Amino acid sequence: MNGVHDMGGMHGFGKVEPESNEPVFHAAWEGRVLAMQRAMTYTGEWNIDMSRAAQEKLPPQVYLSVSYYKRWALGLEQNLLGRGLVTPEELEAGRALAPPKPVKRTMAASDISAALTRGKYGRPPTAAARFAPGDRVRARNIHPATHTRLPRYVRGHVGVVERIQGCHVFPDAVVTGAGESPQWLYTVVFDGRDLWGENSDPTVKVSVEAFEPYLEPA
Amino acid sequence: MSHDDHDHDHGSELSEMQLRVRALETILAEKGYLDPAALDLIVEAYETRIGPHNGARVVAKAWADPEFKRRLLEDASKAIAEFGLVSRVGDHLIAVENTPRRHNMIVCTLCSCYPWEVLGLPPVWYKSAPYRSRAVSDPRGVLTDFGVNLPAETEIRVWDSTAETRFIVLPMRPAGTEGWSEERLADLVTRDSMIGTALPRRPEEARS
Repeated sequence: MNGVHDMGGMHGFGKVEPESNEPVFHAAWEGRVLAMQRAMTYTGEWNIDMSRAAQEKLPPQVYLSVSYYKRWALGLEQNLLGRGLVTPEELEAGRALAPPKPVKRTMAASDISAALTRGKYGRPPTAAARFAPGDRVRARNIHPATHTRLPRYVRGHVGVVERIQGCHVFPDAVVTGAGESPQWLYTVVFDGRDLWGENSDPTVKVSVEAFEPYLEPA
Repeated sequence: MSHDDHDHDHGSELSEMQLRVRALETILAEKGYLDPAALDLIVEAYETRIGPHNGARVVAKAWADPEFKRRLLEDASKAIAEFGLVSRVGDHLIAVENTPRRHNMIVCTLCSCYPWEVLGLPPVWYKSAPYRSRAVSDPRGVLTDFGVNLPAETEIRVWDSTAETRFIVLPMRPAGTEGWSEERLADLVTRDSMIGTALPRRPEEARS
């Protein structure tokens, strides 16, 4: 979706301001949100793409104004509500009111290593890769209203395939309930001037990780 | 440390969040979806054991051991697996090498994808709108915000982490470090140098 989360190339956000001696968490609740997200993803009720999609669907003024972990918390609440794991009344009351819905598995304290290891997204290919390193490709001018990982700033532009990253779970399909629909993934490199105009810095090259359905021959 | 032990929060939004998050955890625990003891361990791991010191060890080894560097650039997930990190490395970790001709920078314009296993949790600036918006269109300007000025002819390659591939920058080994142990070298490797928004410390800036 063409949301405010798709920030590449936007103006007006100001300088990057690093914080010296930044703590891992700025408040204790931030760590709880991160850990809850990990534990709930472990139940298999949703995957990482659905977590991202839930945050992107927050109202734009909310997305831009809340802190990072508050955004996670709001997205987590939406996914819990959407799957009937909690009810609005429970969130209001701050305690369980309805019986739990069965989930596939829960994370025990004795095995948190799963929470600390990134999931696997590579899948066996079902067809040959359409593109090869060195191929010129155009990022399609598509505007799905649902979750996608093709940023707006490359759409319609021509780049060069640099690497083939294997076949991966396709986020655009997962979030619509169409299953993993694995697709070939490529690193595609764009010349900065093609993206940002001929007066832009000629030394800049930008790559995105693009799934095959995002690309067409150029 | 339990979340009930300390209240660092200030201001109405944070207090509201503390209550809201605690309520959510209570509900999820009461319904048996999660175990608060498991949450404690996850938080503790990120606070104490998973951080950029892991990535620094990897970079230092690559500087000291050409064979390891070759394997790292070929398949970082595989090469780093031998380190036995607390947070085991997921698939599709890619190390990208800085050279005199090319400087690499990592960003995630769409959210905040970051190589957690080797660098820990991302700093606030990495997740912020200023970085996510400008890293791809004005990387030199961003580097200036960090006090880094590269030669005008150096190519700047920005890697936008738009899928489940993750990137770590292998910075150039600082001059004047010939014969240094991996441990001494690791001290020069900063988190930001592995994101590409800084250069490693010079020998005279070493902390030890």
